Amino acid sequence: MDLNTVTSVARPTTREQLPTWSAGDAWLAGGTWLFSEPQTHLTRLIDLTDLKWPALTVTDKELQIAATCTVAQLDALPCPPDWIASPLINQCCRAFLASFKIWKTATVGGNLCMSLPAGPMIALTAALDGVCTIWKADGSVDTIDVVDFVTGDQSNVLMPGDLLRSIAIPLAAFKRRSAFRQISLTPVGRSAALLIGSLDEDGLRLTITASTKRPVRIALPTLPDTDTFEEAILDRVPDNLYHDDVHGKPAWRKQMTLRLAEEIRAELQGFRP
Amino acid sequence: MSFEINGHSFSQQPQTGQCLRTFLRELGHFGVKKGCDAGDCGACTVLLDGEPVHSCIIPAFRADGHAVTTIEGLASEVGIHPMQQAFLDAQGFQCGFCTSGMIVTCASLNQAQRADLGASLKGNLCRCTGYRTIEDALDGKSNVEDAEPGAAFGRSLPAPAGPQVVTGKARYTFDVAMDGLLHIKMLRSPHPHARIISIDSSAARAMPGVHAVLTHADTPTTLFSTARHEIDAMDPEDTRILDDTVRFIGQKVAAVVADSEAIAEEACRRIDVVYDILPAVFDPAAAVASGAPVIHPDKTPGHRVSNAIRNIVAETHGEFGDVAAALASSAVTYEGTFTTQRVQHGHLETHGGIAWLDAGGILNIRSSTQTPFLTRRALAQLYDLPSDKVRVFCERVGGGFGGKQEMFVEDILALAALKTGRPVKWELTREEQFIATSTRHPMRVTVKAGADKHGKLTALQLDVLSNTGAYGNHAGPVLFHACGESLGVYNCANKKVDAVVAYTNTVPAGAFRGYGLPQTLFAVEAAIDDLAKQLGISPYDFRRHNVIKPGDPMLSPAGTHYDDVTIGSYGLDQCLDLVERAMEIETKHDLDDDWLIGDGIALTMIDTVPPQGHIAEVVIAKRDDGGYDLTVGTAEFGNGTATVHRQIAATTLGCSVEQIHLRQSDTRNGGHDTGAYGSAGTFVAGKATHDAAQKLVAAMQADSNARSATGTSGGTPRSVAFNVQGFRVAVNKGTGAIKVLKSVQAADAGAVANPMQLRGQIEGGVAQSLGATLYEEMVIDDRGRVVNPKFRDYHLPSFADLPRTDVYFADTYDAIGPLGAKSMSESPYNPVAAAMGNALFDATGIRFTQVPFKPDRIFPELQKKFGKA
Ligand SMILES: Cc1cc2nc3c(=O)[nH]c(=O)nc-3n(C[C@H](O)[C@H](O)[C@H](O)COP(=O)(O)OP(=O)(O)OC[C@H]3O[C@@H](n4cnc5c(N)ncnc54)[C@H](O)[C@@H]3O)c2cc1C
Ligand code: FES
Ligand code: FES
Repeated sequence: MDLNTVTSVARPTTREQLPTWSAGDAWLAGGTWLFSEPQTHLTRLIDLTDLKWPALTVTDKELQIAATCTVAQLDALPCPPDWIASPLINQCCRAFLASFKIWKTATVGGNLCMSLPAGPMIALTAALDGVCTIWKADGSVDTIDVVDFVTGDQSNVLMPGDLLRSIAIPLAAFKRRSAFRQISLTPVGRSAALLIGSLDEDGLRLTITASTKRPVRIALPTLPDTDTFEEAILDRVPDNLYHDDVHGKPAWRKQMTLRLAEEIRAELQGFRP
Repeated sequence: MSFEINGHSFSQQPQTGQCLRTFLRELGHFGVKKGCDAGDCGACTVLLDGEPVHSCIIPAFRADGHAVTTIEGLASEVGIHPMQQAFLDAQGFQCGFCTSGMIVTCASLNQAQRADLGASLKGNLCRCTGYRTIEDALDGKSNVEDAEPGAAFGRSLPAPAGPQVVTGKARYTFDVAMDGLLHIKMLRSPHPHARIISIDSSAARAMPGVHAVLTHADTPTTLFSTARHEIDAMDPEDTRILDDTVRFIGQKVAAVVADSEAIAEEACRRIDVVYDILPAVFDPAAAVASGAPVIHPDKTPGHRVSNAIRNIVAETHGEFGDVAAALASSAVTYEGTFTTQRVQHGHLETHGGIAWLDAGGILNIRSSTQTPFLTRRALAQLYDLPSDKVRVFCERVGGGFGGKQEMFVEDILALAALKTGRPVKWELTREEQFIATSTRHPMRVTVKAGADKHGKLTALQLDVLSNTGAYGNHAGPVLFHACGESLGVYNCANKKVDAVVAYTNTVPAGAFRGYGLPQTLFAVEAAIDDLAKQLGISPYDFRRHNVIKPGDPMLSPAGTHYDDVTIGSYGLDQCLDLVERAMEIETKHDLDDDWLIGDGIALTMIDTVPPQGHIAEVVIAKRDDGGYDLTVGTAEFGNGTATVHRQIAATTLGCSVEQIHLRQSDTRNGGHDTGAYGSAGTFVAGKATHDAAQKLVAAMQADSNARSATGTSGGTPRSVAFNVQGFRVAVNKGTGAIKVLKSVQAADAGAVANPMQLRGQIEGGVAQSLGATLYEEMVIDDRGRVVNPKFRDYHLPSFADLPRTDVYFADTYDAIGPLGAKSMSESPYNPVAAAMGNALFDATGIRFTQVPFKPDRIFPELQKKFGKA
């Protein structure tokens, strides 16, 4: 929709050119959320496009995803065969309520910064041990794990003027067996629970998103049995951490979380190295 | 910046925060529609460098230096794009408002995406079709036939506007450019109940570009109802154009008329309103309890408010026989309480219009309405204007479903045009649609029923509490209708009704497809189903045994009694047979043990015309080119009547449909038409067309110089139409997910004027009703605020959410309807929730009594019965 209160757009091309942050400013990434709701408090958009960050960079240790990398670009990344966890990328893209038409503009960074419980890029990067790089408003640089970046429904660690620069995924994370489960109130709707599990010699990691207000990471040294696993989840996820909105009641989200976690456990058990 | 749109370059510059959609429309590309303005519906889809995007969430400046292709530029200069042709062949549209975006999206899909339409089309909502014909378009199927002159009736002829619809040229309400157009934005109440002490609009008025600020001080204090009915006395007089008391969050407080929407919005923010906040009540049961805040304290039965002090707008109580005694001596009985939620029509074109005074001093209003004539009448009364000084019309309306059987915007538009002397536009936002227009009436229905051991119904009783929200538009008529045909279709010696409709401080309810019947049928058909199950009789046989037969009276104990309804044709028996046979065919599936499978059916009867007068006047006149001008008042909003009128006229006159030139829904053309509601487009207006054509034939036979004839229809006597819906569903006991394995509907619509369109109406009705049965719900919080006023959070069914419905027609010929036809727009919607509830009961043994049947709602009971997820 038209953002009628916006009177200027800044288009910096380097970090030095980033304008001094003031009230009424917003970073403009894809704009798919910004332009989808009234934003009467905004007067200036700071467009990230002209910073021209390379979308995806693979080094020998990690995959660097620029915050401005679009969902479609990430989905199209050609992955080497030993990245056995790479199907998660497409599975997470498909978990968007938004269709492929929006993936072309929506960015991975924008998804993290929105910090919705049902943010599938949060699920993906958290499950793959992603680490965020933040350009702080004061000119410094900070890093933080994706699981800790998001602190609640539409809240995160960013302070006004902070900019998410990129997300780094260690290549090792792509080489773990993994399993994906998602459920929604409607066949292709907004995720009400999205869980990703993975298994390697260090044990089992489970990332719970969408059903909880913020991502939850559970690591166990070995593949547990059904009951132990359930206890671990009950222990780590108190009832008041389950998200409550029109896309699913908390009690149901809790039961679906337990159910999907068990399905993941069973699937990974089948693959046990 | 420079912009390339459909191969042409433009030097105009967008506003800083403008989205691409608005910019494209400003430059005259009206095929790019605004459905949600939020990225959810896809009606605004365009290609950006060949890739489809939702232009409402793309900043306009980002199109700088890129090629934009809209529906208008999809085909080469001459000719039509293959996907446009495919939509035309399959008639993959009804109102057509979604069609531009749908075609642009479909044209861009690759093979893999075409093989996965559920995912590929999740960003394209269609409220009308149920998507089957859209899939047909993608499959290259043709659904149209042609017809010899004089043989059009009964053939699947395409909609006359099709070529315009698929090319984006069809003009909907807002698709016109006008010089000097001003824009309206509305300041709305943040409080559910308050008295306005003062409104200071000086800062707003002082803004450059603001032409007027309208408040209650500027409007007549006349009381009226936004509901439009032939007889005004059907609705209470409880509404003012702008009131000094607000009764729900979102009610109109002050309208700003300005040079642009942006200025008008800013001016709204600068208006200072002082409120005296009053206690509010949101729950209808609490509202009718003693001591509740009174919402319309000064209203009396003289205003047609039955009991204002108890917040009761209308009520009806009655009994024949002795229900209590009958229940006491019945072999089996059932009692249950069912609740239905608040749902929104979700037509993709929002309410709104454009008003201007022409050189002759006539107030013109181009509006998105189902009732141009009744709206003109109301405006003339409110502003004390001669009715020939007011013109209300619509070209093509982007869906209605009952929501546009109201006057929500024309009163303000008229005042703004009169005050400023300038053309004025007001287009509601999607959010305003949710918080400030109308919804379906939420109802709580308790049913009691009994049967003897042979399976004969002994007693039927309904206790209904309906919630009309802050205003009583349609409150009474919906309540009476809800208790009418739902009971009248069953023969039973003892029936009783107690029904009440209450005011609450929430967004008003109004007319909605089905007009109350879906809500009560959910309860009645569950009771019937349960009695049959208790007796071990098949649900088909139990119904066959108890439904009315030709010649039976259709009795309901309360409401107004009408004696103009007869069974002009009877196909209910055929409908039951058709569904039973279709359901006997087994369904293949590969579901595991977590899935429980069951069948359920429900039936509905509906009077073919609303009661108390529905009038249509039609003129047919010979043209010099050998064709005919057919002037009808009824509006086209996807219901297909434009096609049917031409078919009826061409068949009667023995010509081709191309020779019939339709002039539609414009009060300037003269005559009168009550409106396109109550499914009256064919049965009433079509009858008037038939009458006019017959008269012209007779006149021409008598005098070869005869040029024209007028036909009328008074909407009485009325007949009845029937539908039976069957579902086979699978329910996952571990998640609460529901899969529809089979959906069947049989309809008795009399002689079928256009099988393709009728099938489309039925599929669309089932689809919309499945939305209300499985997904849709407006949630109101404990302060009376609508929590989810957007499609992101209010889930309209998408392609992936809907099964295909097999449609069957009964073979009947109605003695009353035109050429044997009956109406069939609303009733396909009615039995869906009930049939689904019965199928769930069959599958799980649990009687779910609340819609929507969302997984998170039904799961607790499944878990209780079947154990852990
Ligand atoms: C139809 C539809 C469906 C959607 N479905 C989903 C869904 O299922 N799940 C979901 O999570 N979201 C959904 N969204 C919301 C949104 O589109 C996505 O979250 C998307 O990934 C946001 O990315 P963007 O680049 O468009 O963000 P923008 O709209 O540009 O920005 C979003 C917010 O993040 C801030 N921001 C963006 N980039 C940065 C940065 N690098 N550093 C700091 N702040 C930044 C912006 O200022 C803004 O506040 C949906 C949106 C639509 C229109
Ligand atoms: S209007 Fe753009 S998606 Fe609905
Ligand atoms: S035809 Fe699709 S919304 Fe009306």
